[in-house]
Amino acid sequence: MSALVELQDVSVHFPTQSGVVRAVQHVSLEIAEGETLALVGESGSGKSTLGFTMAGLQKPSSGQLAFDGRALDEAGWKAARRQIQIVFQDPFGALDPRMPVSDIVAEPLLIQRIGDAAQRRARAAELVAQVGLPRDALNRYPHEFSGGQRQRIAIARALAPSPRLIVADEPLSALDVSIQSQVLNLMQDLQEAAAARGESLAYLFISHDLAVVNHLASRVAVLYLGRLVEVAPRADLFAGPAHPYTAALLAAVPRIGRSRALPAQAISGEMPSPLHPPPGCVFHTRCPRAEARCRTEVPALAAVGEGHLAACHFPLTGGEA
Amino acid sequence: MAGRVSAPSLEVSDLVVRFGQRAVVDRVAYRIEPGRTLGVVGESGCGKSMTALSLLGLVPAPGEVAGSIRLGGEELIGQSRAAWRGMRGRRVAMIFQEPMTALNPVMRVGTQIAEIMVLHKGASWEAAEAEAVRLLEAVGIASPRDRARNYPHQMSGGMRQRAMIAMALAGEPGLLVADEPTTALDVTIQAQILDLMRELQARTGMAIQFISHNLAVVSELAHDIVVMYAGRVVERAPAATLFAHPRHPYTQGLIATLPDPERRVARLPVIRGGVPNLDHVTGCRFADRCPIAEPSCRSAEPELHVAAEGHDVACFKS
Repeated sequence: MSALVELQDVSVHFPTQSGVVRAVQHVSLEIAEGETLALVGESGSGKSTLGFTMAGLQKPSSGQLAFDGRALDEAGWKAARRQIQIVFQDPFGALDPRMPVSDIVAEPLLIQRIGDAAQRRARAAELVAQVGLPRDALNRYPHEFSGGQRQRIAIARALAPSPRLIVADEPLSALDVSIQSQVLNLMQDLQEAAAARGESLAYLFISHDLAVVNHLASRVAVLYLGRLVEVAPRADLFAGPAHPYTAALLAAVPRIGRSRALPAQAISGEMPSPLHPPPGCVFHTRCPRAEARCRTEVPALAAVGEGHLAACHFPLTGGEA
Repeated sequence: MAGRVSAPSLEVSDLVVRFGQRAVVDRVAYRIEPGRTLGVVGESGCGKSMTALSLLGLVPAPGEVAGSIRLGGEELIGQSRAAWRGMRGRRVAMIFQEPMTALNPVMRVGTQIAEIMVLHKGASWEAAEAEAVRLLEAVGIASPRDRARNYPHQMSGGMRQRAMIAMALAGEPGLLVADEPTTALDVTIQAQILDLMRELQARTGMAIQFISHNLAVVSELAHDIVVMYAGRVVERAPAATLFAHPRHPYTQGLIATLPDPERRVARLPVIRGGVPNLDHVTGCRFADRCPIAEPSCRSAEPELHVAAEGHDVACFKS
């Protein structure tokens, strides 16, 4: 599989009055055509900033991005813009309350000057059906819809210019669990439908919910305090996380019918401020395995298995997690 | 359990919360014993938050509350505003999903906690502020003395949630109502808060009513579970029984739709549709979304009945 998106050593820094926030630090990552890469991490880990960078909403402070083999400079973005779309977490804030659904869904086409008015209307009708909304939804306004339906509208809008990548930033967290599964299945269906048409649709799925990630993702990237700490195929990551942070995240997932891992296995404390990231390994302040070396030396992302990378001086090996 | 009261902590029966013609909470009944946690589960709009607010006399106007809420044997419905004020924070305390909206943004956190002890226990400010620092420490906040001097915006989300729990504990309530207290938090912080609540309950013997739309989260704490749908209780059972043998199709759906990190399936089951508009429902309120509904389910409304010992369900077919 060829890389659809490629990030090379990307950093995003925000200068503030109290210092520089290092939101994303030296991240290199690829998304293959048609795959779902999940980006996982706690609030403040930089996952949304990285998603925004990939969607062209945030300029990297350093490093390179490429789409379809072409560098994303100004000219590159012009060509790639319609192929990369984004879906936001809050389906209430993301839709203009004064626009009917038909206009909301067709807006990216208008902006990209795709088709004439009649074609755009037809496309909007097709998309509304594709995301499972009733036909009469086209003439209605966002306030008439529930949270789950609004997220479907936002997805329809993202699909309008037939993108090859959708950045989905926590698209489920504002929804009830019973509605989450409907939207998850929809995302899966859309990807399969694109493949069946001989096209492709990749997702960068940003989430803090590992149970959901396990369901949807083909690969998982774990971010902590702006740094990529682990990247692995989904099954490998869930069966044998190599980074202690990933293991702790997995242990913290609530499950029915089985008490969660004992508090001793959960990590204590909170993520330090990205204004003052700790020296050495950024995770050492909460890591149960940290030793002297971790406090001074930044661990490099290194292979621990087939397509499985971890940035840890003392990675967990099979069975330990 | 270190129960301080011998009577049941809380007994709710026939509770109705009505806005005009619409009963958003309809004939709800349950009880919570001291030292126990009741999980209340359901989707947005099923009436779980309104049920919680009625326990504190906080149902907003023009809502009307009827039925019975007995705390330690004493009837709360119909008592005066002054009586509610004297009780809130002392006998029943509540914590919310978003601590930022529940904390006063222009008051130091320590002062907000101390205020409760000054108001309810007649403590001096000096003693109350010292106690506030001790409470912040008890809920696991590092350097509590400095943190007590913080304003809410200077704290992280997890820390604010801890501070709100400290505030709820300040009046030593017999009942703590927690409305989605971990929904806005990361999983690692959620795990810490759940551990904290468990630990505090073991220490104080308080009863907890824990509200969430996520059954997996509820399963971490609850001894007993009430499942609500469209304002009604549709199933009620001890937690272990409910998870092992869910009887109501809605409960079964809620369990099935949760992705399980240990068992991956190609496609997640769904509960189709959404919560109905309560104005036009006859018969079972779940019928439109129910996979096993029959025409007869739409003509009469099923009442909660005993399906097995300690296990009640409102469904004609189970």
